[in-house]
Amino acid sequence: MNERRMLDDQHFETMIEEESICTSSNVVYDAPHKALYDTPMHYCPGCGHGVVHRLLAEVFEEMDIIKEVIGVAPVGCSVLAYNYLNIDMSEAAHGRASAVATGIKRVLPDKLVFSYQGDGDLAAIGTGETIHTCNRGENILILFINNGIYGMTGGQMAPTTLPGMKSTTSPFGRNVETMGNPLKITDLVAQLPGTVYVTRQAVHKPVNVRKTKKAIQKAFEYQQNGGKGTCFIEVVSNCPSNWKMTPLDSNKWMEENMLPFYPLGDLKTPSGKEN
Amino acid sequence: MAKVKGDIIIDIEKCKGCELCTDACPQDSLETAKQVNSKGYLYIVKIEDNCTGCTNCALVCPEGAITVYRKVNNQKKEIAKFKNITNDITLTVNE
Repeated sequence: MNERRMLDDQHFETMIEEESICTSSNVVYDAPHKALYDTPMHYCPGCGHGVVHRLLAEVFEEMDIIKEVIGVAPVGCSVLAYNYLNIDMSEAAHGRASAVATGIKRVLPDKLVFSYQGDGDLAAIGTGETIHTCNRGENILILFINNGIYGMTGGQMAPTTLPGMKSTTSPFGRNVETMGNPLKITDLVAQLPGTVYVTRQAVHKPVNVRKTKKAIQKAFEYQQNGGKGTCFIEVVSNCPSNWKMTPLDSNKWMEENMLPFYPLGDLKTPSGKEN
Repeated sequence: MAKVKGDIIIDIEKCKGCELCTDACPQDSLETAKQVNSKGYLYIVKIEDNCTGCTNCALVCPEGAITVYRKVNNQKKEIAKFKNITNDITLTVNE
């Protein structure tokens, strides 16, 4: 009895019930094991990258396309994405992931190619590559993680930083008169004729996670069926470390400040229906 | 009504204690432990036995550290049993 009480104090599970339901036949949700390596990720606690990595792996396993997918990792926090995703991946120079993905897709048109980029990579350093890739209508998926800041280099201001938002290079808040307005690159590429599916999602709540997974799945299906253009998915994410908040606070801040500026939903779909 | 019973197993070595799952859990059955794992993170433990296996915690977990189990008990429950009835029972309904 004393031993059990001690374990309770230490918050260990005490399985008093007669039979445990934790058997392999009762599993309803498990992290993917084939497409995702079983290693701890290097991301900060609460970072949205981990969720998106897991969703990608889930989609690869469910669509059975692990052998057909080629990814392009960016420069940024997710530079080591190939350490976690058990698929063929390539690294690209800063901002040039979509250009490298274009090359891979043209050489290997049967493969499903995607680039995984952050906002500093895609919207600042690789703006030209991104816009021209979308304008040419390359049959690739561009996955864009937008947390409004340069995460890896220490929280500098990015093009997507909100007006008034503090960062290490805008310590008094972003002043739109001298630093310009935030770049809504997803709205920008949605106007280009080369894009076929443009959407903006988030991963801070279970419902959003489900929607994001569906969007990723749709994008790969379009590409599999000989898609007629670029698929572009923006995932509005958080950066607890550089926003100097706890993960819960950062998600709340994101919901209150970022989502009104970057509203979620489909901006362009192949059927032309917008919502 | 079928009774749904759920349970989760948290990989405490993967957990970084971001508490997103405690916020997502509709049953409030998760809490931060008072101990740290080998990396020095305060990991999350299940403190209540009211899990329904809704998978919300596993969906928001950035580390994919949570495995969810669910079992639906479909066995019909016996409500009443009549034994040793000797007289005839007639049920009448008013017209």
